[in-house]
Amino acid sequence: MKTSRGVGILAVTAAGVLAVAACSSGGSASGNSIKASGSSAQKNAMTEWINSYQQANSGSTIDYQANGSGAGIQDFINNQTSFAGSDSAIKDADLQKASQRCGTGPAINIPMVGGAIVVAFNVAGVEKLDLSSSVVAQIFSGKITKWNAPAIASLNPGVKLPDAAIVQFHRSDSSGTTDNFTKYLQASAAKDWTTAPGKDWTAPGGQGAKGNDGVASSVKSTPNSVGYMELSFAQDSKIPMAAINNGGGAVMPTTETAQAGLASATVVGTGNDLSLKIDYANKAPGAYPIVLVTYEITCEKGLQGGALTLTKSFLQYTASDSAQGMLSGIGYVPLPASLLTKVNSSVNSIS
Amino acid sequence: MSQQTITKPDPVEIRGSSVRRGDRVFFNLSRGAGILMLAITGAIGVFLAWKAIPSLQSDSANFFTEQQWFPDAVPPVFGIAALAFGTVVTALVAMVLAVPVAIGIALFISHYANRRVASTLGFIVDLLAAVPSIIFGLWGLSVLMPNMQGFVAWIVKYFGWIPLFANPEQVYTKSILIAGVVLAIMILPTISAVTREVFLQVPQGHIEASLALGATRWEMVRMVVFPFGKPGMVSAAMLGLGRALGETIAVALILSAVFEINWQITEPGGNTFAANIALKWNEAGPNGLSALIASGLVLFIITLVVNMIARLIVARRKEYSGANS
Repeated sequence: MKTSRGVGILAVTAAGVLAVAACSSGGSASGNSIKASGSSAQKNAMTEWINSYQQANSGSTIDYQANGSGAGIQDFINNQTSFAGSDSAIKDADLQKASQRCGTGPAINIPMVGGAIVVAFNVAGVEKLDLSSSVVAQIFSGKITKWNAPAIASLNPGVKLPDAAIVQFHRSDSSGTTDNFTKYLQASAAKDWTTAPGKDWTAPGGQGAKGNDGVASSVKSTPNSVGYMELSFAQDSKIPMAAINNGGGAVMPTTETAQAGLASATVVGTGNDLSLKIDYANKAPGAYPIVLVTYEITCEKGLQGGALTLTKSFLQYTASDSAQGMLSGIGYVPLPASLLTKVNSSVNSIS
Repeated sequence: MSQQTITKPDPVEIRGSSVRRGDRVFFNLSRGAGILMLAITGAIGVFLAWKAIPSLQSDSANFFTEQQWFPDAVPPVFGIAALAFGTVVTALVAMVLAVPVAIGIALFISHYANRRVASTLGFIVDLLAAVPSIIFGLWGLSVLMPNMQGFVAWIVKYFGWIPLFANPEQVYTKSILIAGVVLAIMILPTISAVTREVFLQVPQGHIEASLALGATRWEMVRMVVFPFGKPGMVSAAMLGLGRALGETIAVALILSAVFEINWQITEPGGNTFAANIALKWNEAGPNGLSALIASGLVLFIITLVVNMIARLIVARRKEYSGANS
């Protein structure tokens, strides 16, 4: 009996491994159906877009699997998908491999979905909080440990801050959100933020939670806590967000202020590759500085047949004014008009 | 139990050339299943080792003593020290909490409760085993963790002088202790179900003999049931330990995922092999994936060793097993 149980469990495990292995193979596209995968940050936008695109173009099927930017890029390189969603532009070795997969043409980064990262807090009796970038960096690096610290109090005259320890939450999983947030901290508060930016949280202290939803629910349920998350998660959980002062006055995160922040991004890619450099140290009044862009990565040239037609047509739709207009309702940020023009010409170049 | 009703087959019928075809087919089928098992386990090991090699060669730190995990950095720096520590300690906490309770439940069901209570309770325990681990994780995170704060604070207040329970920051969430409690509840039904079955197989004759000699019920349990059930209890505990070592999502949700060896188990922190793979896989680069597989290989070996030790213990205690009584 003992043995049979053990064997059963092992057999189930092995079957699971085989099933996972079997899943990872599969064609890229056939007829009017394509597969795509990648960034979970743009998942909700993709879901909405795919829904309305498929309603308008019956018979077309787009399957977007939000398995993470890293996995999405690997899927694209391995020729399993027609485009990949990613929190950061593909470059260096990955770009070379992706271009090889495309065959005749380079792989290009096309910005498609804008977003904002907010610093959300849960302090009893405090609804509004102004924080400078330097103070944000000091809170998340553990240099400021109390809510009533002079650095916070002096930015918020008249706000009654408790004499309580700050409970800080960050992401325990690797994520583009952490990547963009730490890049912002490094760019705008280099003196107070000394750890290297990246997808993994490396600063000491605080507590890790899994996913944007994990951080949001942790902040929501923990008194005197603070955490960073994408705009929609703070909105959905109704957690108050801090206004960020990057040197040009405190700015509340909203779709409009984030769009103004995105407008300062400059294109650093060449040709139809629209890799962006976001100006995290942006001091423009009314521009929210902690913004991010997720890209669609596909082949400028080299997609074949049905995959080419459908990928191009779908991306043309997502870059349209009506598709971009849907974003603000679901916690994302539409691309600024100047950038959207470039995105459209880049998408139109796909052949 | 039903030994009396089975008529022993005539040995002559089976021996020699008159082996029935059904026997042979079944023999080959079962042998094939056994070989397949070995092949699958071996294939998993080979796959893990094969995929792990590139990252192990690239690692600029000592894979076994490094605590940090930056496999995609240049140069890559990563090691399993913190992961191995977290995995073993969470599993140990779970075992310390779960094994005594599970054996208590099994004893109650097999030797104390009346038949109706026993079957209902047994059914409920088995039901607990069928709850998916994500449910345990979400429950642990949103129900158990907030409600355990007072209790953990109490432990820290009165036992904080023991380094294991020290907590100078007085933050009690997302700790190894809480993950251990959730794991304990998850492995409870596994251990209890197996030990219950073993306890039920204690020969009635032995039980009656000890009672007839004037043993109290507890003395009977101690002198008859436990010695008889020892190998079963050990293998049940090892099954539970295996689940605790490999549990992924519940632990990933609860632990704070810190790459640091910290003996203060009530503080936020801890990380395990399986949880780390789940948290890092999606965003890992090629070297990161290989490094995660290398950590999976270590977990695979740890589990293998644990099971082999369990087998050794069971084999040494053969004289008590059901086969000889």
